[in-house]
Amino acid sequence: MNRQLFLMAHVADRWVAIDAGDVDSVVDIGGIVAVPRAPGAVRGLAALRSRVVTVIDTRVTLGLAPTATPKRAVIAQIDGHHYAFLVDALEDIAPFERHPLSAGLALDGGWDAAAAGIVERDGEPLLVIDLKALIPVADRAAA
Amino acid sequence: MDELLQDFTAETRETLEAISGELVAWEADPTDRTRLDAIFRFVHTVKGSCGFLDLPRLGRLAHAAEDVLAAARDGTRHPDTALVSAVLAIVDRIGELNEAITVGSPLDDSTDDLLIAALAEDAAPVAPVSGAAPSRTAIRSVRLGVDLLDRMMIGMSDMVLARNELARRLRDAAPDPRIEGALERLSSSVAEMRDTVTRTRMQRVETLFAAIPRMVRDTASALGKAVALTVEGADVELDREMIELLRDPLVHIIRNAVDHGIEAPVERRAAGKAEAGRLIVSARQSGNRILIEIADDGRGIDTDRVAAKAAAAGLHSEAEIARMDEAQRARLIFHAGLSSRDTVTDVSGRGVGMDVVRANIEHFGGRVELRNQRGQGLTITLQVPLTLSIIPTIVVGVGDQRFAVPRQAIEEIVSLTGGAVRIDSLGSRQVATVRGRRLPMVGLGAVMGIAGEATRALAIVSTRDGDYALGIDAVLDSEELVVKPAAPAVMACGIYAGQTLPDSGLPLLLLDCGGIATVAGLRFGLAADMAAEQGAAEAPGIPALWFDDLDGRRRAVALAVVDRVESVEAEAIRWSGGRLHLALDERVIPLVAMGDVPVAGEVTLLRLTDGQVELFYAVAEAHEIVRLPATMAPARERPGIAGVVVIEGEQVELVDPHALFAGEVRAPASRPLCHLRCDGSGWMDTFLRPVLEAAGYRCTTAPGDGDAVAVTLAMEEAAMEPGAMTGATTMDADAERLVRLSRRPLGPAARVGGDMAATVYRYDRAALIAAVAERAGRVAA
Repeated sequence: MNRQLFLMAHVADRWVAIDAGDVDSVVDIGGIVAVPRAPGAVRGLAALRSRVVTVIDTRVTLGLAPTATPKRAVIAQIDGHHYAFLVDALEDIAPFERHPLSAGLALDGGWDAAAAGIVERDGEPLLVIDLKALIPVADRAAA
Repeated sequence: MDELLQDFTAETRETLEAISGELVAWEADPTDRTRLDAIFRFVHTVKGSCGFLDLPRLGRLAHAAEDVLAAARDGTRHPDTALVSAVLAIVDRIGELNEAITVGSPLDDSTDDLLIAALAEDAAPVAPVSGAAPSRTAIRSVRLGVDLLDRMMIGMSDMVLARNELARRLRDAAPDPRIEGALERLSSSVAEMRDTVTRTRMQRVETLFAAIPRMVRDTASALGKAVALTVEGADVELDREMIELLRDPLVHIIRNAVDHGIEAPVERRAAGKAEAGRLIVSARQSGNRILIEIADDGRGIDTDRVAAKAAAAGLHSEAEIARMDEAQRARLIFHAGLSSRDTVTDVSGRGVGMDVVRANIEHFGGRVELRNQRGQGLTITLQVPLTLSIIPTIVVGVGDQRFAVPRQAIEEIVSLTGGAVRIDSLGSRQVATVRGRRLPMVGLGAVMGIAGEATRALAIVSTRDGDYALGIDAVLDSEELVVKPAAPAVMACGIYAGQTLPDSGLPLLLLDCGGIATVAGLRFGLAADMAAEQGAAEAPGIPALWFDDLDGRRRAVALAVVDRVESVEAEAIRWSGGRLHLALDERVIPLVAMGDVPVAGEVTLLRLTDGQVELFYAVAEAHEIVRLPATMAPARERPGIAGVVVIEGEQVELVDPHALFAGEVRAPASRPLCHLRCDGSGWMDTFLRPVLEAAGYRCTTAPGDGDAVAVTLAMEEAAMEPGAMTGATTMDADAERLVRLSRRPLGPAARVGGDMAATVYRYDRAALIAAVAERAGRVAA
């Protein structure tokens, strides 16, 4: 049994699991400064202590309407930059065994790219989300 | 301590450190010639410096060692172990003395003589005894990892934010003068601390430039060249990391300049230059970039050779290379494996180099630019971003958002309320006129898509490519900020240079003024060049000269072909050798024209050149320079016309310079001249001339001596009178080109029989033209 620690988060109206190894911290986010012309999923910038973090609206990445009022966020450092991923709510960290995605499971756009496996919590399957895949790709053409 | 002396001790210490390895190696193998040379150079340098720094004691030691080493080099002395240890003892002593000079402490000189004596050939081997433990200077510096500095910086920023919050809380609570005083003290020390910590990351470019003089000198002397080096702007500050990243590219470029660029003294003299090449290395800040410029006055890049190599290496096809301009060809040196030099030297020229330099510079967001003047020199500019460094900024507001703009990028800020500024709409664009200067205007709010903007001020922004006016709502603050790169998704917007966290605790984005201009669609000259560089496929339109031609049509010719526009006296143009020529400065240059060249007054000529051959093209009037559109309707069977393009809504024929130089365009005199022998009725002038001119002939009623008359037309009865013929022309010659015109329709027999001196009914248009053409063709053949 190869169990890993996962953080349970409520994102885009459902529970998902995030690899705890990817997560720096969990914070209450406030004072977001908008970034004009940035991709929709970039909610803006926020100060986290003395650091500037780029706030990613997880709901937009997953193809839903933007988060109404950002509250909680998961902080992760990816490729030297700090990101805050907006979540609705968080639960415990718990060890789970990661299974590969069931064959033939078709997920729609946003979820498909972000899904990195499945864990089972009390018999209920939860999607494992890869935070890195939630960051909009720096595409010059989109600028 | 005297600055010179300080330099000397520092350099000596550095060299000592550097040659310590050589010393060890030499000790192991005293016959090793290269080590011997290295140590000889060291003592030689020390000796030389001691001369003018007035350090007799050090000088004496160095001189003694130099003598012995020179003897060893000449072969008069065998470098044995005794000699080696004696020399090493001296080198050690030089080091000790050097340290003593640095700290200003005296050093016992009683053993100096012993050391010198030990150098003698017959001296008994002496164990090097340096008196007391050498009093090495406590070096007042420590090496720190950049990540440690980063952590310090972050801690500092946290402290500032905590202080700000504390101040806010205290303002809300009941004020207590004692607490306020304490906070005041805390604030000032935090501010001071922050300055210091900030400075730890910054380093003067000097540290990068310090090694250049030595390197230039060494490289130049190894190649037998003389180079006068000037270093400017060493006080510009750059991020520590950036300096490290710049070190290798800079070394490479300078070596290249000395090796490839600057010619040998003989060659320079022949080229009329000073024997010593000039090399200028300078640093300056421009906008949100640091520019490091390396300029030499050498031979520049031989673009032909580079182009040929690129073609040989299969990087580009011949056709692609032919289309490139000079700047693009020069940029070929950035391709791997292309070096402008054929021979490989030990200094540079192995073909690895400029591609690596460019890759390195671009890796951290910089740019490399070339300004190549063949035979005059090459200037390479490294543009590196200020990101990671401290930038003085002006914080501007738009709608409810605020942004930082690098202060360097802003020329001035003008208020719209003062009435000094006019804003007009030109098409879909806005143009601001500030004190008579017209600038394209970009509303920051409009670019950003921020609602509720109310432009109240203009920031005149200068970018690398050009200046423009940036409409903003308000100027809020002026702050020095530590800017860091933002996340890729943010940077990809193309309008931000980085992000920062000011004292307010709210993140702030630094604007990239050049990027805003691009996003707003402003196009400056240079930007157009860059687009051209990115792909010939886009074909941004080559410049062309638009003119009225002699036949009344509007034409254009590629500007690159036009050397200049000249006016000459019409008399200078002569029909000679079967075509038109212009006599100019005792030279005769061919001339082409698409219409009749005026015979009197001034004629406007375009002097065309393909680089070697010159050609004149007579025009009615030269107008302006236009950019040719990418699409052209090709012309058919029109010699000298490449096609038709639409410029400003007008159809313009584009001259085909290739055809001109290939001689496909016949001079206007090839429109044969018809001599109308008038009979005084005026019928010929009125009826005949338009017909002939429409058919492509020129007409005259009184040919001059120099005119080559192709066809003579005369009324039947007038042609019979020999007296009417011009004296100089013989009967036979004239008869061959004579067309007689009959007043009555001719019978079939007459038509068939008339061959040489054909007679044509004057209203039989087809027969008339055919007869004239036949005679004209006979002349042309």
